[in-house]
Amino acid sequence: MKKTSVIILSGVVILFLVSWLVKGASLSGEENPYLQGFLTTFAAFLTLAVFSFLYRDNPFYKFAEHLFVGASAAYWMTLGFWQTLVKKLIPKLSDGLANFFEVPTEEHSYWYFLPVILGLLLLMRLSKKGGWLSRWPLAFIVGYTAGINFVGYLRSDFVKQVSSTFVPLLIDWQGVGHFFSNFSLAIDGQFVMMLANVVIFVGVLCGLVYFFFSKEHTGLFGTASRVGIWILMITFGASFGYTVMGRISLLVGRLTFLFKDWLGLIS
Amino acid sequence: MMFDSPMLLLLTAGSGATVGTYIGLAIIVLGLLALLYTSIKAIEVDRRIVFLFIFVAVSIPILFPITFEEKATPVVKRIFDKIESLPEGSRILLSFDFDPAMAPEVQPMADAVMRHALAKNHRVIFMSLWATGQGLLDRTMQRILPNEFPDKVDGVDFASVGYTAGNEGVLNVIVSDFKKMFPSDANSIPLDSLPVFNRFSSCKDLDLVVTFGGGKPGAKEWVLFVGDKANVPVAVGVAAVVAPQMYPYFPNQVLGIMGGIKGAAEYESELIKHYPQFAEQPTPGMVMMGPQTLAHIVIIAFIVFGNVAYFFGRRREEKP
Repeated sequence: MKKTSVIILSGVVILFLVSWLVKGASLSGEENPYLQGFLTTFAAFLTLAVFSFLYRDNPFYKFAEHLFVGASAAYWMTLGFWQTLVKKLIPKLSDGLANFFEVPTEEHSYWYFLPVILGLLLLMRLSKKGGWLSRWPLAFIVGYTAGINFVGYLRSDFVKQVSSTFVPLLIDWQGVGHFFSNFSLAIDGQFVMMLANVVIFVGVLCGLVYFFFSKEHTGLFGTASRVGIWILMITFGASFGYTVMGRISLLVGRLTFLFKDWLGLIS
Repeated sequence: MMFDSPMLLLLTAGSGATVGTYIGLAIIVLGLLALLYTSIKAIEVDRRIVFLFIFVAVSIPILFPITFEEKATPVVKRIFDKIESLPEGSRILLSFDFDPAMAPEVQPMADAVMRHALAKNHRVIFMSLWATGQGLLDRTMQRILPNEFPDKVDGVDFASVGYTAGNEGVLNVIVSDFKKMFPSDANSIPLDSLPVFNRFSSCKDLDLVVTFGGGKPGAKEWVLFVGDKANVPVAVGVAAVVAPQMYPYFPNQVLGIMGGIKGAAEYESELIKHYPQFAEQPTPGMVMMGPQTLAHIVIIAFIVFGNVAYFFGRRREEKP
């Protein structure tokens, strides 16, 4: 190990211990103050370790990353065992096992052996010779997912979306005179609502034209296609804006933890 | 301190501003001017400088809070108005479909809607499609119910059925038979013995579903498998990255959308306006809009500087 690495590691360990002791002492009125102090300090260390990647890749980041992956895998495996196998499967198959795991017994259904068999077949993936058997449960999963989603997507993402596009371009229309005498830029006003519907109509039409490749994009068709590109770009821009907002929110969450829970700088 | 608009923040910094706020804003403005100079001179800026600016822009409003006046937009207000217009005792289901990573964005809106529904004396059913949501749901109930609604009785005014495995398969079942998937509540008490579930068999008996999340299963699955299938009004509170995907469903398939921390802040402001007793409670959504705004201003500045550097660089190349 290089001398610089030893110095950095020693510094981090010393800072960790100091933080642990100071935090533990500051929580003296609470239950298990030094355990709480350790957990808060460790959480802060992991947060800073992840942030350190922004400077450059380093062993602290690697440690945090590996710990996260390992802890997540263990968490989901434990959860799958207790929530699915113990809670949903065992009560349907065996009273003895249900009593052992202290879960309420249920009326037996031997259909539940089917997922057990499929689950075991899925593990055949680990075998070189019997690996092909894992394709059966996989086919079942794909088929089930496609089946369960097909009707829902067709109804919600196609039929209802198409009908939502059929919007009136004139709302509460009582003539030009009435329109201008009651003209308002209010968000629920006649003009804005009509404009919104026009944008939906034109946007959908031009967006579809852009993806229609059986005709050359020239003339009026080309103009509509270009408007379609603009609509798509605006949509991507809005998505990017929202993504930035989301990421900043996460950063605010972590910094608030560091400043409030760890350092106690804010109340 | 409170500002009416982000522009006012930069121009005046308002009255009653702390010294820290002024110093912080000065650091950001001077730093940005220095960056503008380097952009014009076509000096390459290290990406770590960008990170540093974002850190400063987010940290300052956290250390020296800056809040903005929020006003609910129609897309958020529709959710508030719906809960407000339902008669007392209506059944509202709140689904916590998120994990700790999403919590900074989604938790504030879950808190606000929960407070609103209980203050209006609706019967609230809590559940989660995410295993990680169960823990967050429990913590939320422990934090809010005993302190702010000590009179509410578990099983009568509200109930939590917790989490069950099955993802969208759960929704596919509860839309026609709720008790098949949740025979008992989170405390293992059979639903049939709880008054909150009287004359309740499926999601069709709900007056409103509000789902909080940002992943799968989440808002979209609630619309697909419950909202559209059973004609139940579904409102969504989603992480910002998911919000654009939900807008095509508004207003016909989704009652309203709270998108990211901005949606949470708008709902909180509407809640405080109508229920002043909650003004004393934390409003993390509104508080987080300060760092959001400052960070966005810095990012916009970077985009402008990037373009300035590009055009100056191109002009330099064009010169013989």
